[in-house]
Amino acid sequence: MLKKLFMLIVAGFFLASCAATKTEQGGDVDATSASASSSSGGEITAGTQEDLIVNVGDRVFFEFDSSELTVDAQATLDAQAAWLMQYPDTNITVEGHADERGTREYNLALGDKRAFSVYSYLAQAGIDTNRMEYVSWGKERPEVIGSDETAYSQNRRGVTIVSN
Amino acid sequence: MIKKILIILFFSLNANAALEVTIAQGKVEPTPIAITQIFGADSDTARYGNTLRQIISNNLTNSGLFYTVNEDLYIQSDNLVEKVPRFEDWKLIKAQFLLSADVNKNDKGIRLRMRLYDVFNAKEIEKLQLTIPDENLIRRVGHTVSDIVYERITGETGYFDTRIVYVSEVGPLDQRVKRLAIMDQDGHIDSHQFLTDGKNMVLTPRFAPNKQLITYMEYKNNLPRVYIYNLKTGEREIVGDFPGMTFAPRFSPDSQSVVMSFSDPNNSANSEIYLMDLNTRSRSRLTNDSGIDTSPSFSPDGDKIVFNSDRGGSPQLFIMDKDGDNIKRISKGKGVYGNPVWSPRGDLIAFTKLTQGNFHIGVMDTNGNNERVIVRDFALESPAWSPNGRYLIFHRQKRSNLDGTGGEVTIHFIDITGYNERVIPTPRDGSDPAWSPLL
Repeated sequence: MLKKLFMLIVAGFFLASCAATKTEQGGDVDATSASASSSSGGEITAGTQEDLIVNVGDRVFFEFDSSELTVDAQATLDAQAAWLMQYPDTNITVEGHADERGTREYNLALGDKRAFSVYSYLAQAGIDTNRMEYVSWGKERPEVIGSDETAYSQNRRGVTIVSN
Repeated sequence: MIKKILIILFFSLNANAALEVTIAQGKVEPTPIAITQIFGADSDTARYGNTLRQIISNNLTNSGLFYTVNEDLYIQSDNLVEKVPRFEDWKLIKAQFLLSADVNKNDKGIRLRMRLYDVFNAKEIEKLQLTIPDENLIRRVGHTVSDIVYERITGETGYFDTRIVYVSEVGPLDQRVKRLAIMDQDGHIDSHQFLTDGKNMVLTPRFAPNKQLITYMEYKNNLPRVYIYNLKTGEREIVGDFPGMTFAPRFSPDSQSVVMSFSDPNNSANSEIYLMDLNTRSRSRLTNDSGIDTSPSFSPDGDKIVFNSDRGGSPQLFIMDKDGDNIKRISKGKGVYGNPVWSPRGDLIAFTKLTQGNFHIGVMDTNGNNERVIVRDFALESPAWSPNGRYLIFHRQKRSNLDGTGGEVTIHFIDITGYNERVIPTPRDGSDPAWSPLL
């Protein structure tokens, strides 16, 4: 189970890095689905985390010290909401993260606001809050290791995780 | 010589003046002290003696206010607990103070006798006899003797018989395993102990000022909440059991309450500061603003709280009354502030500041005046005060690289004058250090 999760995270990382240059989000599915699906070594099961990553985009990115959803982020979340409607038995946890350029405690607060922004956007899009949880990881779980803006921009994120 | 002693004594009488004097004059010249062999009656007690001498010598030297005169220079090699020293011999090697001690066993345990002499005035200024039941307390005896010497000579409260709780870190930076750990203030490996197993991430431990308790944040079942760890029983208890994240905890000066942040789902998960009474478990909300309010820290008299807020746009430092009234911004400089911690002396606030690409740890008066930077680097965080308010510990992290290397994080000690920075050794990486009160 853990191994699987780790592979998914790796897949997510590929996707994020590829998408980052232009669209920031996983909107451009065709460009990256090949590498993502091959890295997990098989067919993508509908309604899974892998499906979400490859066909919808599991994450949104934030500006420095901001928890506001960008236009791109809102587009991704609209797609996530549609996907969640399509798979009504799916529950999710939204993770909020920050880059390393802030204090630990401030970044915990910021991560929570980011996670909540995603959570409440999905709620307003019609997703039952009973299906959703959210949690802040502050700067404790970077997606990309590195002390530069390339890493930071990937780490200021809200990630939707399928929890069942 | 006398002048130098007077200066040190003067420092302790007026902390503010001392700081200014130190900045104007630069580094304090350490006072030379000779420490004789600590004599044992047999091989066990001789071993204790060696350990004690090393602990005392290291403590005094690490304070930056003393140095131990090299043993090779000593002319007199006697046990000077019962015998009056030949002060001329010690003057000759420029020892200003002289410490001698011996250890023996009796039916109650291990007994230490100590004498401290003022060489210049040729007189005994302190004596001590103490007995401990077993050798497990040897390190604490060494710290206690160090405190007595430090206090007698500088006039300041000692800080050696204290401990540091911190977060031990290991593993890749994106999957860091973080455990609570505790050690003597000198970081000696024999005193080091892990308190948690690393299954759950833990952050930001802080001691209660007068109880054997630590408050910290833990991700149990992926729910980040404030807990209390009882050092006597090893029990962990949730205190911030709210319907959302609780974090950034600190005890009130009487150890009866914990002040912390709570990000309430019914308030858009915006972090506000709450006070939790540990006896009644009642909680009161102290802040109410659309910005983030976090990192609260009580003044030692319990009347005021300094905290971090971005209510004005960027994160800055604010002070309020203990009930949340009279909120005033105190940070005045350029940059993004955080992590304010009120000095146990009450006169200063330590903080973290991010500006021009670097973190800074500094201190300011409680009204925000006289800000000065003590240390600057790419990543610095978590200043914590020594119980006597003269030193800070903090952590320093190196830059990390895309290939996963770098990011090493270590705990450091520094005099608030900016001199005498030292690494406090930890078996793995270490962050979020906090200092215990005097034991």
